Amino acid sequence: MSNARNLANLLGTGTQITTAYIADGAFQANRNLVINGAMQVAQRGTSGATGNGYNSVDRFRIASGGTSQWALTQTQETDAPTGFSKSTKYSCVTAETTLDAADWAGIQYTFEGQDLQHLSYGSASAQSITLSFWVKSSATGTFGVSLFQPNDSRIIGSTYTISSANTWEQKIITFAGDTTGIIDNVNTEGLRIYWLLAAGSIYTGTDNTSWKAYTSNAFADGHAVNLIDSTSDNFYLTGVQLEVGDTATPFEHRSYGDEFAKCQRYYEYGRIAQVDTPVITGSFVVLKRAAPTMTRLGNTWTASEGGTFGSLDNSTYYVSSGGVSYVGGQWSADAEL
Amino acid sequence: MDSINITSAQYMSVDGENRGIKIVVDGVEMSVPLDPANRHYDEIQRQVEAGTLTIADAD
Repeated sequence: MSNARNLANLLGTGTQITTAYIADGAFQANRNLVINGAMQVAQRGTSGATGNGYNSVDRFRIASGGTSQWALTQTQETDAPTGFSKSTKYSCVTAETTLDAADWAGIQYTFEGQDLQHLSYGSASAQSITLSFWVKSSATGTFGVSLFQPNDSRIIGSTYTISSANTWEQKIITFAGDTTGIIDNVNTEGLRIYWLLAAGSIYTGTDNTSWKAYTSNAFADGHAVNLIDSTSDNFYLTGVQLEVGDTATPFEHRSYGDEFAKCQRYYEYGRIAQVDTPVITGSFVVLKRAAPTMTRLGNTWTASEGGTFGSLDNSTYYVSSGGVSYVGGQWSADAEL
Repeated sequence: MDSINITSAQYMSVDGENRGIKIVVDGVEMSVPLDPANRHYDEIQRQVEAGTLTIADAD
Protein backbone atom coordinates (compact mmCIF):
# COMPACT_ATOMS: atom_id res chain seq x y z
CA MET A 1 0.00 0.00 0.00
CA SER A 2 1.35 3.45 -0.88
CA ASN A 3 2.15 6.11 1.66
CA ALA A 4 -0.53 8.28 0.07
CA ARG A 5 -3.12 5.53 0.61
CA ASN A 6 -1.96 5.15 4.23
CA LEU A 7 -2.39 8.88 4.73
CA ALA A 8 -5.87 8.78 3.23
CA ASN A 9 -6.82 5.96 5.57
CA LEU A 10 -5.48 7.90 8.53
CA LEU A 11 -7.51 10.93 7.55
CA GLY A 12 -10.55 8.75 7.21
CA THR A 13 -12.24 11.22 4.93
CA GLY A 14 -12.37 9.23 1.75
CA THR A 15 -10.23 11.90 0.15
CA GLN A 16 -8.62 10.62 -3.03
CA ILE A 17 -5.04 11.45 -2.18
CA THR A 18 -2.96 10.69 -5.22
CA THR A 19 0.68 11.22 -5.97
CA ALA A 20 -0.37 13.95 -8.36
CA TYR A 21 -2.44 15.64 -5.65
CA ILE A 22 0.57 15.69 -3.35
CA ALA A 23 2.81 16.88 -6.16
CA ASP A 24 0.35 19.69 -6.82
CA GLY A 25 1.32 21.12 -3.47
CA ALA A 26 -1.65 20.32 -1.30
CA PHE A 27 0.72 19.31 1.51
CA GLN A 28 3.51 21.79 0.89
CA ALA A 29 4.62 24.02 3.73
CA ASN A 30 4.61 27.74 3.04
CA ARG A 31 2.06 27.33 0.26
CA ASN A 32 0.37 30.50 1.56
CA LEU A 33 2.21 33.33 -0.16
CA VAL A 34 0.63 35.89 2.17
CA ILE A 35 2.49 36.93 5.33
CA ASN A 36 0.35 37.62 8.40
CA GLY A 37 -2.83 36.43 6.68
CA ALA A 38 -4.35 35.60 10.06
CA MET A 39 -3.69 39.18 11.21
CA GLN A 40 -1.76 38.00 14.30
CA VAL A 41 1.06 40.54 14.13
CA ALA A 42 0.48 44.27 14.70
CA GLN A 43 3.89 45.80 15.46
CA ARG A 44 2.61 49.34 14.90
CA GLY A 45 -0.16 48.85 17.43
CA THR A 46 -3.66 47.46 17.58
CA SER A 47 -5.21 50.85 16.92
CA GLY A 48 -3.60 52.86 14.20
CA ALA A 49 -3.69 56.26 12.58
CA THR A 50 -6.07 57.28 9.84
CA GLY A 51 -5.09 57.64 6.22
CA ASN A 52 -3.06 55.79 3.64
CA GLY A 53 -0.31 53.56 4.91
CA TYR A 54 0.54 50.73 7.27
CA ASN A 55 -1.36 51.69 10.39
CA SER A 56 -1.94 48.54 12.42
CA VAL A 57 -1.57 44.88 11.41
CA ASP A 58 1.63 44.17 9.51
CA ARG A 59 1.71 43.93 5.72
CA PHE A 60 -1.85 45.18 5.13
CA ARG A 61 -2.31 48.88 4.40
CA ILE A 62 -5.02 51.40 3.71
CA ALA A 63 -4.82 52.67 0.15
CA SER A 64 -6.92 55.35 -1.48
CA GLY A 65 -6.91 58.06 -4.08
CA GLY A 66 -8.91 61.00 -5.29
CA THR A 67 -9.95 63.95 -3.19
CA SER A 68 -9.93 61.87 0.02
CA GLN A 69 -12.57 63.82 1.92
CA TRP A 70 -13.25 60.61 3.86
CA ALA A 71 -11.03 59.01 6.49
CA LEU A 72 -10.44 55.36 7.31
CA THR A 73 -8.81 53.77 10.33
CA GLN A 74 -7.31 50.31 10.63
CA THR A 75 -7.31 48.26 13.85
CA GLN A 76 -6.54 44.74 15.00
CA GLU A 77 -9.57 42.97 16.46
CA THR A 78 -10.35 39.76 18.33
CA ASP A 79 -13.59 39.37 16.36
CA ALA A 80 -12.78 36.48 14.03
CA PRO A 81 -14.41 33.45 12.42
CA THR A 82 -14.00 29.95 13.87
CA GLY A 83 -10.39 28.84 13.65
CA PHE A 84 -8.94 32.34 13.86
CA SER A 85 -8.22 34.60 16.82
CA LYS A 86 -7.59 37.95 15.11
CA SER A 87 -8.84 40.07 12.26
CA THR A 88 -8.20 43.55 10.95
CA LYS A 89 -10.99 46.08 10.82
CA TYR A 90 -11.30 49.09 8.53
CA SER A 91 -13.68 51.73 9.86
CA CYS A 92 -14.92 54.87 8.18
CA VAL A 93 -14.45 57.77 10.63
CA THR A 94 -15.20 60.60 8.19
CA ALA A 95 -17.83 59.84 5.56
CA GLU A 96 -18.20 60.92 1.95
CA THR A 97 -21.79 60.35 0.91
CA THR A 98 -21.25 60.89 -2.80
CA LEU A 99 -18.04 59.71 -4.42
CA ASP A 100 -16.22 61.89 -6.90
CA ALA A 101 -15.31 60.15 -10.14
CA ALA A 102 -11.65 59.69 -9.15
CA ASP A 103 -12.24 58.64 -5.54
CA TRP A 104 -11.39 55.14 -4.42
CA ALA A 105 -10.49 53.34 -1.22
CA GLY A 106 -9.31 49.86 -0.44
CA ILE A 107 -7.00 47.51 1.39
CA GLN A 108 -3.67 46.64 -0.19
CA TYR A 109 -1.24 43.75 0.21
CA THR A 110 2.01 43.73 -1.78
CA PHE A 111 4.33 40.82 -2.64
CA GLU A 112 8.02 40.97 -3.49
CA GLY A 113 8.69 40.01 -7.08
CA GLN A 114 11.38 37.51 -6.14
CA ASP A 115 8.85 35.56 -4.06
CA LEU A 116 6.58 34.97 -7.07
CA GLN A 117 8.97 33.60 -9.67
CA HIS A 118 7.42 30.13 -9.44
CA LEU A 119 4.23 31.58 -10.94
CA SER A 120 6.10 31.71 -14.29
CA TYR A 121 4.27 34.84 -15.38
CA GLY A 122 5.10 36.02 -18.85
CA SER A 123 5.34 32.47 -20.19
CA ALA A 124 3.01 29.78 -21.50
CA SER A 125 3.49 28.03 -18.15
CA ALA A 126 1.96 30.87 -16.11
CA GLN A 127 0.26 29.40 -13.05
CA SER A 128 -3.26 30.05 -11.84
CA ILE A 129 -3.48 31.36 -8.29
CA THR A 130 -6.33 31.13 -5.80
CA LEU A 131 -7.14 33.79 -3.24
CA SER A 132 -9.23 32.83 -0.21
CA PHE A 133 -10.21 35.08 2.69
CA TRP A 134 -12.78 35.62 5.41
CA VAL A 135 -14.69 38.88 5.38
CA LYS A 136 -17.38 40.62 7.40
CA SER A 137 -18.94 43.86 6.24
CA SER A 138 -21.53 46.26 7.56
CA ALA A 139 -22.95 46.55 4.03
CA THR A 140 -24.04 43.89 1.59
CA GLY A 141 -23.49 43.97 -2.15
CA THR A 142 -20.93 43.27 -4.85
CA PHE A 143 -17.32 43.99 -3.94
CA GLY A 144 -14.32 44.09 -6.25
CA VAL A 145 -10.90 42.55 -5.69
CA SER A 146 -8.06 43.23 -8.11
CA LEU A 147 -4.51 42.05 -8.72
CA PHE A 148 -2.14 44.69 -10.09
CA GLN A 149 1.26 43.75 -11.49
CA PRO A 150 3.34 46.97 -11.45
CA ASN A 151 6.39 45.82 -13.42
CA ASP A 152 4.42 45.70 -16.67
CA SER A 153 1.34 47.58 -15.40
CA ARG A 154 -1.07 44.66 -15.76
CA ILE A 155 -4.44 44.13 -14.09
CA ILE A 156 -6.96 41.38 -13.45
CA GLY A 157 -9.98 41.47 -11.18
CA SER A 158 -13.06 39.73 -9.96
CA THR A 159 -16.05 40.35 -7.77
CA TYR A 160 -17.61 38.61 -4.80
CA THR A 161 -20.93 39.07 -3.07
CA ILE A 162 -21.50 39.76 0.57
CA SER A 163 -25.04 38.58 1.14
CA SER A 164 -25.43 39.03 4.90
CA ALA A 165 -24.34 42.14 6.77
CA ASN A 166 -22.11 41.77 9.84
CA THR A 167 -21.60 38.05 9.23
CA TRP A 168 -18.34 36.25 8.60
CA GLU A 169 -18.20 34.70 5.12
CA GLN A 170 -15.36 32.98 3.31
CA LYS A 171 -14.69 33.98 -0.29
CA ILE A 172 -12.61 32.06 -2.83
CA ILE A 173 -11.45 33.50 -6.14
CA THR A 174 -9.18 31.90 -8.73
CA PHE A 175 -7.20 34.05 -11.16
CA ALA A 176 -5.66 32.76 -14.36
CA GLY A 177 -1.91 33.05 -14.83
CA ASP A 178 -0.65 35.98 -16.89
CA THR A 179 1.15 34.64 -19.96
CA THR A 180 2.18 38.16 -21.04
CA GLY A 181 3.32 40.28 -18.11
CA ILE A 182 6.61 39.34 -16.44
CA ILE A 183 7.11 39.73 -12.70
CA ASP A 184 10.67 40.94 -12.26
CA ASN A 185 12.94 38.83 -10.03
CA VAL A 186 13.69 41.65 -7.61
CA ASN A 187 13.20 42.71 -3.99
CA THR A 188 10.72 45.41 -4.96
CA GLU A 189 7.04 45.15 -5.86
CA GLY A 190 5.87 42.15 -7.88
CA LEU A 191 2.13 41.99 -7.30
CA ARG A 192 -0.51 43.84 -5.31
CA ILE A 193 -3.90 42.66 -4.08
CA TYR A 194 -6.60 45.30 -3.66
CA TRP A 195 -9.81 44.67 -1.76
CA LEU A 196 -11.99 47.56 -2.90
CA LEU A 197 -14.20 49.41 -0.43
CA ALA A 198 -15.28 52.24 -2.73
CA ALA A 199 -14.59 53.16 -6.34
CA GLY A 200 -15.58 56.24 -8.35
CA SER A 201 -16.87 56.04 -11.88
CA ILE A 202 -13.48 56.23 -13.63
CA TYR A 203 -12.46 52.88 -12.08
CA THR A 204 -15.24 50.78 -13.60
CA GLY A 205 -16.57 50.06 -17.07
CA THR A 206 -13.84 47.89 -18.60
CA ASP A 207 -14.02 44.14 -18.08
CA ASN A 208 -11.10 42.96 -15.95
CA THR A 209 -11.78 39.24 -15.69
CA SER A 210 -8.70 38.43 -17.78
CA TRP A 211 -5.20 39.91 -17.59
CA LYS A 212 -4.74 43.09 -19.58
CA ALA A 213 -2.76 46.31 -19.68
CA TYR A 214 -3.83 48.54 -16.81
CA THR A 215 -6.43 51.18 -17.48
CA SER A 216 -8.21 53.01 -14.71
CA ASN A 217 -11.61 51.72 -15.88
CA ALA A 218 -10.46 48.16 -15.24
CA PHE A 219 -9.16 48.78 -11.72
CA ALA A 220 -12.41 48.06 -9.87
CA ASP A 221 -14.81 46.89 -12.54
CA GLY A 222 -17.97 45.46 -11.00
CA HIS A 223 -17.42 46.99 -7.57
CA ALA A 224 -20.81 48.41 -6.53
CA VAL A 225 -20.59 49.36 -2.84
CA ASN A 226 -19.61 52.66 -1.25
CA LEU A 227 -18.25 51.61 2.11
CA ILE A 228 -17.08 55.11 3.05
CA ASP A 229 -20.46 56.83 2.92
CA SER A 230 -21.27 56.50 6.63
CA THR A 231 -19.32 56.52 9.87
CA SER A 232 -21.04 53.25 10.74
CA ASP A 233 -19.33 51.53 7.78
CA ASN A 234 -16.78 48.85 8.60
CA PHE A 235 -15.05 45.92 6.94
CA TYR A 236 -13.26 43.03 8.66
CA LEU A 237 -10.69 40.78 6.99
CA THR A 238 -8.72 37.70 8.07
CA GLY A 239 -7.67 34.23 6.90
CA VAL A 240 -6.08 35.63 3.75
CA GLN A 241 -4.34 33.00 1.66
CA LEU A 242 -2.94 33.14 -1.87
CA GLU A 243 -1.70 29.87 -3.28
CA VAL A 244 -0.68 28.36 -6.57
CA GLY A 245 -3.37 26.39 -8.39
CA ASP A 246 -7.08 26.61 -8.93
CA THR A 247 -8.17 25.10 -5.60
CA ALA A 248 -8.33 26.73 -2.18
CA THR A 249 -6.80 24.50 0.49
CA PRO A 250 -7.40 24.98 4.23
CA PHE A 251 -5.70 28.05 5.67
CA GLU A 252 -2.06 27.38 6.49
CA HIS A 253 -1.70 28.39 10.12
CA ARG A 254 1.83 29.39 11.03
CA SER A 255 3.14 30.07 14.53
CA TYR A 256 3.14 33.63 15.87
CA GLY A 257 6.94 33.52 15.99
CA ASP A 258 7.21 32.48 12.36
CA GLU A 259 4.81 35.19 11.21
CA PHE A 260 6.52 37.82 13.40
CA ALA A 261 9.93 37.05 11.91
CA LYS A 262 8.51 37.19 8.38
CA CYS A 263 6.96 40.57 9.16
CA GLN A 264 10.29 41.89 10.50
CA ARG A 265 11.74 41.69 7.01
CA TYR A 266 9.50 44.70 6.32
CA TYR A 267 9.20 46.46 9.68
CA GLU A 268 11.03 46.29 13.00
CA TYR A 269 11.34 48.44 16.11
CA GLY A 270 13.90 48.58 18.91
CA ARG A 271 15.91 50.82 21.20
CA ILE A 272 19.51 51.80 21.88
CA ALA A 273 21.34 54.24 24.16
CA GLN A 274 24.91 55.26 24.87
CA VAL A 275 26.72 58.14 26.58
CA ASP A 276 29.27 60.59 25.11
CA THR A 277 29.58 58.97 21.69
CA PRO A 278 29.29 60.88 18.41
CA VAL A 279 27.90 57.93 16.42
CA ILE A 280 26.69 54.47 17.39
CA THR A 281 25.52 51.64 15.19
CA GLY A 282 23.30 48.62 15.72
CA SER A 283 22.10 45.58 13.80
CA PHE A 284 18.56 44.72 12.84
CA VAL A 285 17.23 41.44 14.24
CA VAL A 286 16.12 40.40 10.74
CA LEU A 287 17.74 41.49 7.48
CA LYS A 288 15.48 43.98 5.82
CA ARG A 289 14.07 43.76 2.30
CA ALA A 290 16.02 46.95 1.51
CA ALA A 291 17.70 49.72 3.48
CA PRO A 292 14.81 50.91 5.66
CA THR A 293 13.40 54.31 6.48
CA MET A 294 14.21 55.11 10.14
CA THR A 295 11.92 56.99 12.48
CA ARG A 296 12.62 58.12 16.02
CA LEU A 297 9.75 56.91 18.22
CA GLY A 298 10.88 58.25 21.61
CA ASN A 299 13.56 57.99 24.26
CA THR A 300 14.99 54.83 25.78
CA TRP A 301 15.86 55.85 29.37
CA THR A 302 16.43 59.60 29.72
CA ALA A 303 14.58 62.66 28.50
CA SER A 304 17.83 64.29 27.39
CA GLU A 305 18.56 61.65 24.76
CA GLY A 306 18.99 62.79 21.21
CA GLY A 307 20.51 62.04 17.86
CA THR A 308 19.33 61.28 14.38
CA PHE A 309 18.65 57.73 13.21
CA GLY A 310 19.47 56.44 9.75
CA SER A 311 20.11 53.13 8.01
CA LEU A 312 23.44 52.23 6.44
CA ASP A 313 22.01 49.26 4.53
CA ASN A 314 19.54 46.44 5.10
CA SER A 315 21.46 45.10 8.12
CA THR A 316 22.73 48.12 10.08
CA TYR A 317 21.44 51.40 11.46
CA TYR A 318 23.23 54.33 13.08
CA VAL A 319 22.51 57.22 15.42
CA SER A 320 24.53 60.39 14.99
CA SER A 321 24.61 62.57 18.08
CA GLY A 322 24.50 66.06 16.65
CA GLY A 323 26.29 67.20 19.82
CA VAL A 324 23.98 65.74 22.47
CA SER A 325 25.49 63.85 25.41
CA TYR A 326 23.11 60.90 25.44
CA VAL A 327 22.80 59.27 22.05
CA GLY A 328 19.94 56.93 21.39
CA GLY A 329 16.25 56.35 21.62
CA GLN A 330 13.50 54.11 20.35
CA TRP A 331 13.37 53.56 16.62
CA SER A 332 11.38 51.92 13.86
CA ALA A 333 12.78 50.60 10.59
CA ASP A 334 10.35 50.52 7.66
CA ALA A 335 11.29 48.51 4.58
CA GLU A 336 7.73 47.94 3.45
CA LEU A 337 6.74 47.79 -0.17
CA MET B 1 -2.02 54.53 -7.45
CA ASP B 2 -1.77 56.59 -4.28
CA SER B 3 1.00 58.85 -3.06
CA ILE B 4 2.84 59.64 0.17
CA ASN B 5 2.19 63.09 1.65
CA ILE B 6 5.76 64.46 1.91
CA THR B 7 5.75 68.05 3.16
CA SER B 8 9.52 68.65 3.34
CA ALA B 9 12.78 66.98 2.32
CA GLN B 10 16.40 67.75 3.19
CA TYR B 11 19.64 65.85 2.66
CA MET B 12 21.27 64.42 5.81
CA SER B 13 25.02 64.77 6.04
CA VAL B 14 27.44 62.84 8.26
CA ASP B 15 31.05 64.11 8.08
CA GLY B 16 30.21 66.01 4.91
CA GLU B 17 28.74 63.05 3.05
CA ASN B 18 25.06 62.77 2.16
CA ARG B 19 23.79 59.66 3.96
CA GLY B 20 20.09 60.02 3.39
CA ILE B 21 17.15 62.37 3.11
CA LYS B 22 15.20 63.68 6.08
CA ILE B 23 11.52 63.95 5.18
CA VAL B 24 8.33 64.88 7.01
CA VAL B 25 5.27 62.73 6.25
CA ASP B 26 1.98 63.66 7.89
CA GLY B 27 3.94 65.55 10.54
CA VAL B 28 6.34 62.67 11.30
CA GLU B 29 10.08 63.09 10.63
CA MET B 30 11.78 60.14 8.91
CA SER B 31 15.27 59.35 7.62
CA VAL B 32 15.23 57.84 4.16
CA PRO B 33 18.30 55.97 2.83
CA LEU B 34 19.59 56.59 -0.68
CA ASP B 35 18.33 53.18 -1.81
CA PRO B 36 16.16 52.93 -4.95
CA ALA B 37 14.46 49.85 -3.45
CA ASN B 38 13.18 51.93 -0.53
CA ARG B 39 9.58 52.98 -1.21
CA HIS B 40 10.03 56.41 0.38
CA TYR B 41 13.15 57.12 -1.70
CA ASP B 42 11.30 55.96 -4.80
CA GLU B 43 8.41 58.29 -3.98
CA ILE B 44 10.80 61.21 -3.33
CA GLN B 45 12.34 60.70 -6.77
CA ARG B 46 8.90 60.51 -8.36
CA GLN B 47 7.77 63.76 -6.72
CA VAL B 48 11.05 65.55 -7.55
CA GLU B 49 10.71 64.52 -11.21
CA ALA B 50 7.10 65.71 -11.17
CA GLY B 51 8.27 69.07 -9.84
CA THR B 52 6.17 68.84 -6.69
CA LEU B 53 9.06 68.36 -4.23
CA THR B 54 12.48 69.93 -3.80
CA ILE B 55 15.23 68.42 -1.65
CA ALA B 56 17.04 71.07 0.37
CA ASP B 57 20.80 70.92 0.92
CA ALA B 58 22.11 69.52 4.20
CA ASP B 59 22.70 71.92 7.09
